[in-house]
Amino acid sequence: MSDIINLTLSALINKIKKKELSSQEITNAYIKRAVKSKDLNTYITTDFENAIEKAKKFDEKGNFNYKLPGVPLAVKDLFCTNNLKTTAGSKILSNFIPSYESTVTQHLWDEGAILLGKLNCDEFAMGSSNETSFFGNVESPVGKKVVPGGSSGGSASALAAKLTPATIGTDTGGSIRQPASFTGTVGLKPTYGSCSRYGIVAFASSLDQAGPMTQDVSDAALMLDVISKYDTKDSTSVNFKRGDYFKSLSSNIKGKKIGIPKEYRVDGMPKEIESLWQDGITLLKKLGAKIIDISLPHTKYALPAYYIVAPAEASSNLARYDGVKYGYRSEGENLISMYENTRSEGFGDEVKRRIMIGTYVLSSGYYDAYYLKAQKIRRLIKNDFDEAYKSVDAILTPSTPSSAFKIGDKTDDPVSMYLNDIFTVPVNLSGLPAISIPVGKDKNNYPLGLQLIGKAFEEQNLLDISYSMEKELSFKNNLQDWWIK
Amino acid sequence: MSKNKEYLIKRGNSEYEVIIGLEVHAQVLSKSKLFSDSPTNFGAEPNTQVSLVDAAFPGMLPVINEFCIKQAVKTGIGLNAAINKKSIFDRKNYFYADLPQGYQISQYKDPIVGEGSILLDLPDGEKKVGIERLHLEQDAGKSIHDIDPQNTLVDLNRSGVALMEIVSKPDLRSPEEVNLYIKKLRSIMRYLGTCDGNMQEGSLRADVNVSIRKTGDKKLGTRCEIKNVNSIKFMQMAIEYEANRQADILEGGGSIDQETRLFDTKKNETRSMRSKEDAHDYRYFPDPDLLPLELTEDFISKIKKEIPELPDEKKKRFVDKFKLTPYEANILVSDIETSKFFEDVIKNSDIKLATNWITGELFALLNDRNLEISESPISSKNLSTLINLIKDGTISGKIAKIVFEIMANESKDPKSIIDEKGLKQQSDPKEIEKIVDDVIKENPKNVELFKSGKDKLFGFFVGQVMKKTDGKANPKLVNDILKKKLN
Repeated sequence: MSDIINLTLSALINKIKKKELSSQEITNAYIKRAVKSKDLNTYITTDFENAIEKAKKFDEKGNFNYKLPGVPLAVKDLFCTNNLKTTAGSKILSNFIPSYESTVTQHLWDEGAILLGKLNCDEFAMGSSNETSFFGNVESPVGKKVVPGGSSGGSASALAAKLTPATIGTDTGGSIRQPASFTGTVGLKPTYGSCSRYGIVAFASSLDQAGPMTQDVSDAALMLDVISKYDTKDSTSVNFKRGDYFKSLSSNIKGKKIGIPKEYRVDGMPKEIESLWQDGITLLKKLGAKIIDISLPHTKYALPAYYIVAPAEASSNLARYDGVKYGYRSEGENLISMYENTRSEGFGDEVKRRIMIGTYVLSSGYYDAYYLKAQKIRRLIKNDFDEAYKSVDAILTPSTPSSAFKIGDKTDDPVSMYLNDIFTVPVNLSGLPAISIPVGKDKNNYPLGLQLIGKAFEEQNLLDISYSMEKELSFKNNLQDWWIK
Repeated sequence: MSKNKEYLIKRGNSEYEVIIGLEVHAQVLSKSKLFSDSPTNFGAEPNTQVSLVDAAFPGMLPVINEFCIKQAVKTGIGLNAAINKKSIFDRKNYFYADLPQGYQISQYKDPIVGEGSILLDLPDGEKKVGIERLHLEQDAGKSIHDIDPQNTLVDLNRSGVALMEIVSKPDLRSPEEVNLYIKKLRSIMRYLGTCDGNMQEGSLRADVNVSIRKTGDKKLGTRCEIKNVNSIKFMQMAIEYEANRQADILEGGGSIDQETRLFDTKKNETRSMRSKEDAHDYRYFPDPDLLPLELTEDFISKIKKEIPELPDEKKKRFVDKFKLTPYEANILVSDIETSKFFEDVIKNSDIKLATNWITGELFALLNDRNLEISESPISSKNLSTLINLIKDGTISGKIAKIVFEIMANESKDPKSIIDEKGLKQQSDPKEIEKIVDDVIKENPKNVELFKSGKDKLFGFFVGQVMKKTDGKANPKLVNDILKKKLN
């Protein structure tokens, strides 16, 4: 069994295809481990009985040509799953069972994958430590009482703890890359418009993007092959020619030009992050890449702009949770008091904070000063990247300004929590693809990641560069299974 | 316009002019909704035409229905308006139980259609009324307060149905002009097939903006907006009431508060709904689920080619080609079905007679039975035949009216009615001469009187002849023969 859970996704698939392992053996192995790993609080909802049933069916008459033949997977609880509770980590959706499936998860099942259950996340994906979930915080397997990052914290923790061979998360301001960096895993945010948003509980529509979270870069390429597809049900989905990412993976990056943006050297950045970045640069040089210093002058405005745009959209996106049609309702004397009771009780503090910020910045008299200005900054940030990409193929930065922190350390200080996203939000504001790969560890032995930012729709290039780095790095988490009961 | 025809509100020595602008909400004629594929049939069981998108389930996304875009562009062209190649869908945020998303998707700063105009036919000439803009938006659901004593029920069938909001400039000056404006707008949209204009079913509603100013003043007064009025009659009553209310306030030395008002159709009055201070802050912003809508020249020019002949052009053609009076042409073109009926009839029959019979007898009949022309018991073919029978002297106009009445009840063709009832006109001069001789013989006194100068008695003789022939004698022959014999 320990063999099974130590296999990467692509290795598992090989063994299934060669019939060395059955879907049932694999599914049972992950379920068994999940049951012993309850203390990490990674799952909000499990669907183990159905998973075993589906695995059995797959072994009986499954299609071995599928890309994910009989592979059990758990997914972030932001993806609507037909007939299985979908909460978005919120009390207000704590009883919500969709009658439909998100496009992205449907692609997984269409390629033979089997749903294990729904993974914890920050409420409505608003958070950087998985501490805002109504279903409790998630612990990271990298250390006791350490946050896994957020908002895809349950996904990152489950992946690092080997409770699922791979998973998918969503990334609005860093929610895939930051937890990947915190847990020593790979997280890819594809170009905006690559993966359909249909059936994903919306946080900030112009920024939200689903993406793979995996043990290594090849697995990320494989997952991207499955989930990146044009979808007419999402008007912002882009019909571009997708690559054959997994098959085309190449570790030859000779002559690639990698930009190092000076603005990402922020004040107070820990030495270990600085030297991690330097290690990355050295490695890329060794691999034959050309390092070019670049400037992204508007970077410092990205975080404030993000914390205007994202809450603005969220304040409107979350208006539908009013107790009228579905989800949690708290009765009241009249419609208004029902609204007030439902939303006061149904939303947590962080969500309320962002709804209020968003409502404020869209209000008449403030719209121009905040929302409109933030949109202009967004354009300038995008222009910075466009300018940079005239001379480089990709950009290397740290994924986060620090390593994982302890649970409770930042919950009283929203601004310091928001600073976690400082290197990831410019990417979302520009709609670009970016990947975080594990590169080293800090003094506590907590993982640290580097981020590669690519040109729009050039995920292959990003995957190739990180693939070649990964080969040289041979990063290992070496977790001690301290949480297993 | 001549001074005495103006609609003015008089108070003592003051005269006030009434300034009206309309925001018409016209339901786009489309099988499916603006952002989902749910059907739009009227009168369906509550909550049976609702998709997950319409009910705003988590993760559901709007997808623009291209047909609704075409309909809006078509309407814009029909209103002689500028089509904007780039328009933006915004979210208008507010909470209400029948608004599932918590926002309405509408177009705020960048509508799909810009400025245009509509021509009104007033008794003393044409008047051009400016169109400010036309934009697309979603309808909300319906809250039903009178079924359950404790609860309000919500029907989402209308939720997400496409509406065109057509905003006029403040160019209207009287309830009658409002009547003509709505009718003309509806006529244009029916010609285009973009809105059925059915006010009973709520396919056409309007917010009415009313202000008044002393005659001669150039500056506009403060306006009040009367929300959601759903018939022309109510619009007119509301304007009448509101203009007088405002005049009373101004005469009393007061000032008008800018506010939103409701028209109470039972009490026939408007009353305040909310003041400007209480106005919602809708927090409009571009809907991030939808990209800006961009139309190509090709898309627009293809639609232009599909535009049928519209009322104004048709009227001009009827006047020029068929020599109708502008008044007659107006009546015949205002409804596309009527104009089609007319053109069918005159394919094979006399234009003048057809005009008179349609605008006279047929309209009276339809009006009487409350029928649309498409439901007419008399087909265009049968009416055409009837007119030809008059024209060739087979029946007189008088008999034709009898035949018409039978046609209206039995939907038969006029020829067989005439044969069955023996209504054919007597046009044999010899037979008529015999009858005339009889009449003269039978009325020697009156013949004496006539010959001594009592000309008026001529009608008496005609009447006697007609009586003897059951009205079937050819009137012209009767006249000729009588004249000859009596003189």
